[in-house]
Amino acid sequence: MNERPKILTFKMPAEASPLGYRQKPARPLLEVDRLRKTFPHAGPKATLAAVERVSLSLGEGELMALLGPSGCGKTTTLRMIGGFETPDEGRITLAGRDITHLPPEARGIGFVFQDYALFPHLDVLENVRFGLRHMPRAQAEARAGEMLALVGLQGLERRRPHQLSGGQQQRVALARSLAVAPRVILLDEPFSNLDAKMRVETRQEVRKLLKSTGAAGILVTHDQEEALALADRIAVMEGGRVVQIGTPDEIYRNPATEFVANFIGRSNILSGTASGMEAKTAFGNLPLSRAANGAVSLAVRPEQILLEPDPAGTASIVGREFRGHDQIYWVQEGERCMIVISGPGAQHPIGSRVRLRICDCVVPLT
Amino acid sequence: MLLPLAYLLLRAFEADPATVRDLLLRPRTGRLLVNTTALTAGVLAFSTVIALPLAWLTTRTDLRFARTVNILVVLPLAVPGYVMAFALIGLSGHSGFLNQVFGIALPRPYGWLGATLALTLYTFPYLYLNLRAALSGFDPSLEEAARALGCSRRQAFFRVTLPHLLPALLAGWLVIGLYTIGDFGAVALMRYEVFSYAIYIQYSAAFDRLYASWLALILIAIALSVVWWESRLREGRRYARTGSGTTSGPERLRLGPLGQALGLGFVALVVLASLGLPVAVLAFWMTRAGTIMPALPDLLRAFGDSLSVAAPAAVLAAAMALPIAALAVRYPSRLSDLVNRLAFVGYAVPPVAFALAFVFFTLQGARFLYQTHFLLVLVFALSFLALALGPIRSALYLARPSIEESARALGYGPFATFWHVTLPTIRPGVIAGMVLVFVIAMKELPITFMLAPAGFRPLAITMFSRTSEGMLLDAAPYAAAIMVFSALFVGFVLRHDRKAGDG
Repeated sequence: MNERPKILTFKMPAEASPLGYRQKPARPLLEVDRLRKTFPHAGPKATLAAVERVSLSLGEGELMALLGPSGCGKTTTLRMIGGFETPDEGRITLAGRDITHLPPEARGIGFVFQDYALFPHLDVLENVRFGLRHMPRAQAEARAGEMLALVGLQGLERRRPHQLSGGQQQRVALARSLAVAPRVILLDEPFSNLDAKMRVETRQEVRKLLKSTGAAGILVTHDQEEALALADRIAVMEGGRVVQIGTPDEIYRNPATEFVANFIGRSNILSGTASGMEAKTAFGNLPLSRAANGAVSLAVRPEQILLEPDPAGTASIVGREFRGHDQIYWVQEGERCMIVISGPGAQHPIGSRVRLRICDCVVPLT
Repeated sequence: MLLPLAYLLLRAFEADPATVRDLLLRPRTGRLLVNTTALTAGVLAFSTVIALPLAWLTTRTDLRFARTVNILVVLPLAVPGYVMAFALIGLSGHSGFLNQVFGIALPRPYGWLGATLALTLYTFPYLYLNLRAALSGFDPSLEEAARALGCSRRQAFFRVTLPHLLPALLAGWLVIGLYTIGDFGAVALMRYEVFSYAIYIQYSAAFDRLYASWLALILIAIALSVVWWESRLREGRRYARTGSGTTSGPERLRLGPLGQALGLGFVALVVLASLGLPVAVLAFWMTRAGTIMPALPDLLRAFGDSLSVAAPAAVLAAAMALPIAALAVRYPSRLSDLVNRLAFVGYAVPPVAFALAFVFFTLQGARFLYQTHFLLVLVFALSFLALALGPIRSALYLARPSIEESARALGYGPFATFWHVTLPTIRPGVIAGMVLVFVIAMKELPITFMLAPAGFRPLAITMFSRTSEGMLLDAAPYAAAIMVFSALFVGFVLRHDRKAGDG
């Protein structure tokens, strides 16, 4: 990195994360330091920065989700870690060793592809045994058999990939990657080819499997629900940058930006003037989740707002969606439309007048 | 590949301009040009008249036995042009099949008609296959949209379907046009003077190498201009489906009894002419020959000669095609594009001209190679490289890169990955490419004529020289051997095709 021109080097202390939410794991296994990658785009001069100074660190046995909308650079980041793309700048270290310029086969990092990429000319057992070629054959077969048992596919050893269901193919791909005991395994949208029901069932299984083998994992997904349910920590990406890293709880409770506040769950955005732990808003003075000063945008989760029927209220109900365990109301107040989630009991007909009350501390955004 | 062609140019421009002008302005050159054009136009027109209705019948109507028809009309590919010419000659004339069996003595169809017929009857399947693929891949909802907008079925076919077939027509015409321009055997047997035949005569009989090289240059120019025109016409006419989702099979026209009879009658006529004719004529001459036992040792030796060139040429072509295809598919760049185009140039340059270029090249630049077995193999492989490239490239396109990346993530280096993963997945494509080169090398005439080592007499050469000497009886077993062999090949390709379709 030293040969980079100085002006480009925006030095950030390694410990301090962009927004202070990053927990430094006790023993970082994999460290990604300010990766940058551009792709030529529409003509030789215009380039599109796919990944812009992405830094991550992954602890031993930790499962992290790279979450973002399509085109945010999450898959490119994953492919750089796997060795399938070369970063323009930045460094990747695995257990203290610089692997930035190693070919994929020398990294010891597993990769599960979106399409599973099973070898069509080999049967299930041969697929799983594929990476164990330096082992004596009998030993490799035993190991492959163990892995198949682990993913619950005993008895299918002699099937060909095309004779398996999508879920089975995915488990074979996972067994194949885990068989070589990688320290890190990368999963690129591993559930996107499964139907909705399978997806929910499979993701806890995959989590258990990874935890039982002790492999650390990075999972790329655009599905916030999947990331929240599966990962120990989530790195939210937008436009090639990591905008926030944290546990699912932190990310949900304390979104750093408006993008995060609306990409993970939904939020109402208010403007206000903050001073310290309080902000002045249209809803009166509200407590803040963290200190801020000056004009700020504030995120309010829909479930943090209470609806009270009030014939003299300034707000009126304009839409309602009943969802069983709760219901969503769209409430118009002046210029602003707010989204509110209430318990299933409350009854506010469309058109009725209500009063809004914010009953929790709100999040100042940057 | 370019080096020998450069030698050809060099050779041609050795002469002083006045001599060259005299050569080019000979009335003979003009006649050759007219003949070549007339032949090409005739073959294209006839094959379209045959192939378009056939393709329409098998894809868009409920014609009975469509599956069988589909195979029968592709099989003529197995009949080399000179065997077709042999059949037409053997059919007619005083001692011919028709006169001996039915007592009808047709004049032998030498000249334009004979050459056109012989070439059409074995090249029309190329056009048929292209049109069939286009028709069955054609999104029927486009036709349905036209119907919904008030077109009758006939109007919809002409206003929507037919324009969409243009790329397929052009692609088919390109292949057939190149075959026709480059064909040597059929025109030679039909004694119809076109460029490739004249070049051979100039070279082998008149030993006028200067005129031969100029004729070769003109021929190459014609072939390349055909390629150029085809790509110009096709430009901007790539009709891709814009919608997503799978298409249901197109609605098939129900044929009444009369329609069925007419359709099957047409098919029968085509099959009889293209397949029945050579088989019947060959069978006739074979029975006249009584037993083939006396010819057997000679036949086996000729077969061995053919094999000794065709097999290594097939392997060499595939070996050269693999890296070229891998480069084009995995690392597309200007360079890989250029290499691909060059491979196609080797294919587009008519074999006679290609062989002549190599003659000059080896005589002047690499004497030790001249008329060696190795040179023959090399020229075959270079000339037919594009044939091996096609299936290998399509197989590579189908092989997902994530499969290779998986192997890399599992600890395999680039070469180990290629060997253990890429090669096994594209094996069918590699085999198909090798088979294509192998069979065309078995049938090949002009390159063998001009470059073969002394005493080298493979099947095709033996058959050709006996036929041209009028010894139809002696030629028959060789023709039969080539046909049986080629038929096996077409069967293989069709099977491969169907498998690929299932996948």
